[in-house]
Amino acid sequence: MATITATGTGAPPPEIPAYRRHSKLRRRNTLIGWSFILPNFLGFALLTLVPIIVLFYMSFTNWNVFGKADWVGLANFQRLIGDGSFRISLLNTLYYSVMHIPLTIVVSLGLALLLNNKLRGVAFFRTAAFFPYITSIVAIAVVWNLLFSPDYGPINEFLRFLGIQNPPGWLTSPQWAMPAVVIVSTWRDMGYYMILFLAGLQTVPRELHEAARMDGANVWQRFLNVTLPCLRPTMFFVTVILTINSFKIFDLILVMTNGGPGQATSVLSQFIYRKGFVESQFGYASAAAVALFFLCLIVTIVQFLWNKRGNK
Amino acid sequence: MAEQQIEKDTADTLVSDFTPPTAAVRSLRKLADGKQPRRVADGEKLTPGRRVGRILMYVALVIFAIGLLTPFVWMVLSSLKSANEVFSVPIKWLPETWVWQNYVDIWSQSNMLVWIRNTLVLAVVVTFLQVLTGSFAAYGFARMRFRGRDVLFLLYVATIAVPWQSYMIPQFILLSNFKVSNTLWSIILIQAFGAFGVFLMKQFYETIPEELSEAARIDGLSEYGIWRRIMLPLSVPALASLTLLTFVNTWNDYLGPLIYLRNPDLWTIQLGLKSFVSNLFDTNYALLFAGLTISVIPIAIIFLLGQKYFVEGIATSGLKG
Repeated sequence: MATITATGTGAPPPEIPAYRRHSKLRRRNTLIGWSFILPNFLGFALLTLVPIIVLFYMSFTNWNVFGKADWVGLANFQRLIGDGSFRISLLNTLYYSVMHIPLTIVVSLGLALLLNNKLRGVAFFRTAAFFPYITSIVAIAVVWNLLFSPDYGPINEFLRFLGIQNPPGWLTSPQWAMPAVVIVSTWRDMGYYMILFLAGLQTVPRELHEAARMDGANVWQRFLNVTLPCLRPTMFFVTVILTINSFKIFDLILVMTNGGPGQATSVLSQFIYRKGFVESQFGYASAAAVALFFLCLIVTIVQFLWNKRGNK
Repeated sequence: MAEQQIEKDTADTLVSDFTPPTAAVRSLRKLADGKQPRRVADGEKLTPGRRVGRILMYVALVIFAIGLLTPFVWMVLSSLKSANEVFSVPIKWLPETWVWQNYVDIWSQSNMLVWIRNTLVLAVVVTFLQVLTGSFAAYGFARMRFRGRDVLFLLYVATIAVPWQSYMIPQFILLSNFKVSNTLWSIILIQAFGAFGVFLMKQFYETIPEELSEAARIDGLSEYGIWRRIMLPLSVPALASLTLLTFVNTWNDYLGPLIYLRNPDLWTIQLGLKSFVSNLFDTNYALLFAGLTISVIPIAIIFLLGQKYFVEGIATSGLKG
C-alpha cells in the first residue's frame, strides 16, 4: 500500500528525465533514513547480531577462559550428544514446556473470559492479575520458596487442612520440584497472556454470539464455535511467544531451585550458563547455545507454517 | 521496483504474524480508557440460570484473587514479624508483635542504599537511551523509504525468536574484551539497544496519519523536525508505555547483573537481595522480606500510576523488553 502511494504522488512531469530526479531523491532518503536508524542499529548490531554470528564460530572451537581457541570441528556437538546432563537438561526443558504452555493458555484464557464480563470489580482484577508479571524474580522466588516449604509452608498446611496426609515435598522432592516451578511461572505469566487474550476477545463480533444464541447454542458451544475460531490470530501469537519463553526459561529456576534437587529442574539455559560462566568452557557452552537457538527457531518456523496452512 | 515490492510483502506478513492483531489492540485501547461499549445484557432480565452463572463467576473471581494476591500479602505480613515468627507452626498470618523496626534495620544491616542507587542509575540511563534511540530508529522504519529498510527491520523482528541465553556468552566475551564487564556500562549497553523499543514505537507511528507529516514536509520541516515536533508529541502514550516497561524491566533484571557485576559495590537491588538469602548463615527472613517489600514498592507505585500504559504497551508489541 505504501509503495503505491509513493509512486502515485511522486510521479514526475514527463519532460524531466525521471531517473535522475528519482535516484537523487532516493540517495537523499537513504541517507536520512540510515541516520535515523543508525544510533540504535549500532548498538543492536554490535551487541546482538555480532554475538549471534560469533556464537556459531565459537561452537566449533574449544574456546576457554584464556581466550585460546582451536578449531575442533564437530567435537563439541558430538560431546553434547553423549553428555548425560545435557540430555537431562533438554528433557527437563521439554517437560517444563509441555506442562507450562497448555496450563498457561487455559488459565489465562479462562481469566480473560471471566474478566471480559461485566462484573463488579473487574477493573481491579485486571490490574491485580498483571502485578505478578512485573514483580522481580528474586522476590517471587523467595516468597514462593517459603510458601512451598514442606513443613512450615502455608501451602502444605492448607493441603493437610483439606485432609491430604502426605503433601508433596515440592522443591525438595525430585518429582514435585518441576511442577512447583510450573505453578509459579504460570502464576507469574498468566496476567500477561490474559491481556493478549482480552485484547483478542474484544474483536469477537457480538452479533455472532447473538446469532448463535438464537440458534440455541449453549455457552460451551458458543465458546467452541464462535469465540475460539475468532481468537485464532491471538492464539497463534500467544503460542509462539509462550513456546519461545518456555524454551529459554532460566532466571526463575536459577533463583528458585538452582536446577536442584539433583538435576531435577536443570534446564537448557542453565546448562549453558553452568558450562560457560561457572566452568569456563565457552566453546562447549556455545554448542549447547546453538542447540537452544535452533530449537527456538525450528519450533517458531513450524508454528508459522502450521498457521499458514490453517489459514488457507 | 518489483523486487522491492516482493521484499516488502514478505516483511509485512512476517511482521504482522509476529504482532497481535491491530484491531485487537485498538479495542483494548478503548477498554483501557474505560469506555466500554454498552452491553445489551444491561437491559436483559436476570433469569435464575443467569443469576447462578453470575454467582459462579464471582466465586471464580474471588478464588483467582486469593491465589494472585496471597503471596504478596504473605510477603508484607512476614516483613513485619520477628525473625523466628516467620516459620511458626501452625502458621500465623498476622504478626504477634508488629516489628516495624525491620524497615529501619534493613538499611543498616545491608547495603540497600548502594544497591538502590545502582539500580536507579541503570534504570534511568537505560530507559533514556532506549526511548531516545528506539523512537528515533522507529521513525526511520515507519516513515522513511529506502533500499534495505525492510530487510533491516526483518533482522530486528527475527531476533525476537532468539533467546538472549543463546548469545549471552559471546556477548560477555565481547564486552569483556572492551573492558566494560564488571562496570555499570555493561548493563547499560546490553539493555539499551534492544529491538523492543524500535518495535513498539514503529507500531505506534504507523497509526499516526501520514497526512500530518506530509503537511509539515510541505511547510519545509526537515525529517528530523517532523520527528521532533510532530511525531514525538503525538506519541506520548507510546513513549510512556516504553518508558515504564523499560524502567521496570531494568529494575527487575537479574541475569544481566548476575553475569556482569561481580563487584559488590556495583550490585543492583536484585543481586543484593539474592546475596542476602544465600550469604548469611541463618538468614533473618523477616528482615529479608522487608527488603523485598522495599524493592517491590517502587514498581507497585509506577504500575498503579501507569497501568493503562503498561497494558497498552504489552498489547501493542505483544512483548516485554
